[in-house]
Amino acid sequence: METKKPSFQELVYNFHETIRPLDVKLIYEGEINHEIMKVFTSLTENGLRSEEFPGQKKVFNVMVECLQNISRHADPVDGIKQENIGHGIFLISNNEKELTIVTGNILKKDKESFLIEKIDKINSLGKDELRDYYKTVLKDNSISEKGGAGLGFIDIARKTGNKLTYSFYPIDENYSFFIMSAKIDK
Amino acid sequence: MQNLLIKKTSQTPEIRLDAEKGELCFCGRSLPEDASGFYKPVFDWINNFTSESPRKCFIRFELDYFNTASAKSIFAILNKLEQMNHLGTNMVIEWWFDAEDEDMRDLGKEYIDLFTVNIVLKPRS
Repeated sequence: METKKPSFQELVYNFHETIRPLDVKLIYEGEINHEIMKVFTSLTENGLRSEEFPGQKKVFNVMVECLQNISRHADPVDGIKQENIGHGIFLISNNEKELTIVTGNILKKDKESFLIEKIDKINSLGKDELRDYYKTVLKDNSISEKGGAGLGFIDIARKTGNKLTYSFYPIDENYSFFIMSAKIDK
Repeated sequence: MQNLLIKKTSQTPEIRLDAEKGELCFCGRSLPEDASGFYKPVFDWINNFTSESPRKCFIRFELDYFNTASAKSIFAILNKLEQMNHLGTNMVIEWWFDAEDEDMRDLGKEYIDLFTVNIVLKPRS
């Protein structure tokens, strides 16, 4: 026990030193559920209001979709309690040029190829094609078992007008850590 | 037939479904996690209303923002309304949005593209 305490202090200090030069406004690691989403979206809304940033509603929009993606789709690693479903990392960085939203969560490896295909497709489409793709998915009646409408990534890409950046880091043979960032220009 | 009133919260819109007047209003923002659960009573109400073969119906969407899960539910509601229209109900559907909010205008346009029933864009200045 004696040796653990300083290591947490070190962790916090190192963490602080790492993010200090960056424009990180919020970083959270833990369960992401509807209540957490409410808190973060209202914090951001209030924070941006003072900035008079015209894209503030887009930020709200993209945050909701990112957070609901995690709460619906993040996988609990085997052996971890089912209540731990919906765990992830959420980060917001904000400077004069752009606002960036980054999410990270654990996913089963078998979902990787589906996600890569989906995001690459979205990134390959221009504005009008994205609009058509949105309409196609909107009228397709199937809603996934977890209630996702398959529209989230398309909506994020449309609202930001930027490509989605993503990466997968392998955890073990069954799981990957999925990271996605969305940028909103100012 | 009973009217249905769902009060507004910070995450869900006010919904007023008035059978006598034939008026349906959706007003506020809609970002429930379980949108199909939230809109279930609305579907049930519209189904009952349709079975009464109403002569006319006035629908007002006045949403500031909705998540993609709600976008699907709104699609399904419009689908029901379109069926009602095909069964002979006279219908006016208004899509209100803040005149400066291009995203909400575009979302309205997308529904217009997907349905034959008349949806009128109503910019609010």
